Amino acid sequence: MTQPARPLLDVRDLAVTFPLPARGLFGRGREAVQAVAGVSFSVHRGQTLGLVGESGCGKSTTGRAVLQLLKPTAGSVAFDGLPIHEWWVRRGGRWAWDSRLHDLRRRMQMVFQDPFASLNPRMTVEAILAEPLRNFGLAAGRDRRERVQRLMETVGLDPRFIRRYPHEFSGGQRQRIGIARALALGPELLVADEPISALDVSIQAQILNLLGRLREELGLTMIFIAHDLAAVRHVSDRIAVMYLGRIVEEADARQLVAAPRHPYTQALISAVPLPDPVRERSRDRIVLAGELPSPVNPPSGCPFHTRCPLREERCIREVPPLVAIAPGHAVACHLVESPPLPASPVSRHS
Amino acid sequence: MLPPAPDTVLEVRDLRTFFRTDGHVVKAVDGVSFTVRRGETLGLVGESGSGKSVACLSALRLLPAPPAFHPSGRILYRGHDLLAAPERELERLRGDRLAMIFQDPMTSLNPYLSVARQLTEVLEVHKAASPAAARRAAIAMLERVGIPDAGRRIDQHPHQFSGGMRQRVMIAMALLCEPEVLFADEPTTALDVTIQAQILELIAELQAALGTAVVLVTHDLGVVAGTTDRVAVMYAGRIVEEGTTAEVFANPLHPYTRGLLASLPRIDAPPRGRLDAIPGLPPDLGHLPSGCPFHPRCGLATDRCRRDRPPVAAVSPTHRAECFEAEAAR
Repeated sequence: MTQPARPLLDVRDLAVTFPLPARGLFGRGREAVQAVAGVSFSVHRGQTLGLVGESGCGKSTTGRAVLQLLKPTAGSVAFDGLPIHEWWVRRGGRWAWDSRLHDLRRRMQMVFQDPFASLNPRMTVEAILAEPLRNFGLAAGRDRRERVQRLMETVGLDPRFIRRYPHEFSGGQRQRIGIARALALGPELLVADEPISALDVSIQAQILNLLGRLREELGLTMIFIAHDLAAVRHVSDRIAVMYLGRIVEEADARQLVAAPRHPYTQALISAVPLPDPVRERSRDRIVLAGELPSPVNPPSGCPFHTRCPLREERCIREVPPLVAIAPGHAVACHLVESPPLPASPVSRHS
Repeated sequence: MLPPAPDTVLEVRDLRTFFRTDGHVVKAVDGVSFTVRRGETLGLVGESGSGKSVACLSALRLLPAPPAFHPSGRILYRGHDLLAAPERELERLRGDRLAMIFQDPMTSLNPYLSVARQLTEVLEVHKAASPAAARRAAIAMLERVGIPDAGRRIDQHPHQFSGGMRQRVMIAMALLCEPEVLFADEPTTALDVTIQAQILELIAELQAALGTAVVLVTHDLGVVAGTTDRVAVMYAGRIVEEGTTAEVFANPLHPYTRGLLASLPRIDAPPRGRLDAIPGLPPDLGHLPSGCPFHPRCGLATDRCRRDRPPVAAVSPTHRAECFEAEAAR
């Protein structure tokens, strides 16, 4: 596979730390959560990267920090070669976007999980979809209305419903409105944060198909964030698995599911219930003991060592770096260069 | 239909649960029948609004009436009709012989009371246990559901537990009296998959040890495949297909069941370009379509499906579906 030299998005050592509310009257020992603890990845034009992991792994925060919806604490985000993480200014004691970052909204957009919470209930579909066009002075009057109607058609909504309000639509249709709004300015990069997890099973497939079609027709580059590994595998070219703020494995989507190497990825895949009673009951499941550690108080060394069935002394002390073990396949595990781990319970059947 | 097997603990017959809401009648459950046997797990699967949760809440009579009412139906627990039983009898059975766990543990845990208080109350009310004996039994059950350091943690409050641990506390509370029927309404939907695997394994272990019958309500066909003996697929308040789990997955009869299975992205099969999505939306239960409720979304619908309710077509003593197509193929 030949890739153009420069990826559309290049993220290096991205970190996001949230201060916790001070404890006690004088804020002694103020704690912080390191939601994202140094992640690096790149996405080429027209490609989709899946970010997968469990709650608290930092996948959503990573998506927001990439789009500069929150200011990264450290690291760099290059969009089409532009150092957009630097485009912040201090205004009234707070960080705000400078004008370049405002203008860049046209080129990168987000689709949110909850299509109801992210749409203003007092605005009609027309007002919701026209707002970004108006903000950027892109079209006016009849021209603007026509663009709104075309957007609705693009996402499979009947343009006759242009005067309706969000509550008059079903969950799946509302998600289509959210996608149409993200597409209004013709972005190159779309970050979709759990775009289907609030939807019913029969509607999820409709939205996954819509995203797939838009990607092809519009040449979109996408970051697809979800906890549902099957959905992520379906839409992604590459997948990065996150655990406690770090990427623990990154590979081609098929490769990652067929031959995962990190013990966490293996456990995650083996925990996905298969809609097939014969396979589901015959496979060996890796049931992890214990719980996800709190990101406020992450473990020393490898973040996964508290639950890892293969833990060694070194894992408790040293954070394993993310290293390439094969072309396009990187793993952060001390034990992976040594003899290969047992194959995944899924790949055994495929 | 065959007579219920001798070890049937719960039999639901022609249950209808309607809600009166400003001028409309919403038919949340519209003629549902099923049985559960000792030690068995029945999966009630469907999407939001299919009636799967309402059917369970009706069985325990936990719905406020009005607005809920039951134009028909019997819910037989060991021959007693729970729909007709006096409230006092239900109070005696709920939490003892019949228990329920929910998607959100905070629905059943009181945030103001310690876990000890909530667990021992169940035993003191239903089993007349002494405070000391109740506390010992509660600690033993917390240990059994995998709560480390149970003797200390029992005195904590629900907010001091993580999501997965709270789910375990709720399961412990539901199982303390060793119920005969456990209704589990999306018990793992809010949990991460690695924690879901732990909880499902725990329910299966306890069920095997206690012989509990489980009615598992879920939208997740993977969970159904892994944990149920039989499955009932619900759509628009009806059971549109029912069979052993093996039968339904190997040979789904109803176009809705087939559609659900085909629409899932799967990690155990090569990826496909497009998913076969079911078109359209589930119906508005206040304005159900004529004939088969699935006909507006069904690729096989004929004029007859638009006009008439399809009959129940059985392809085996245990496998049946409400569909003209399935009947013709029989």
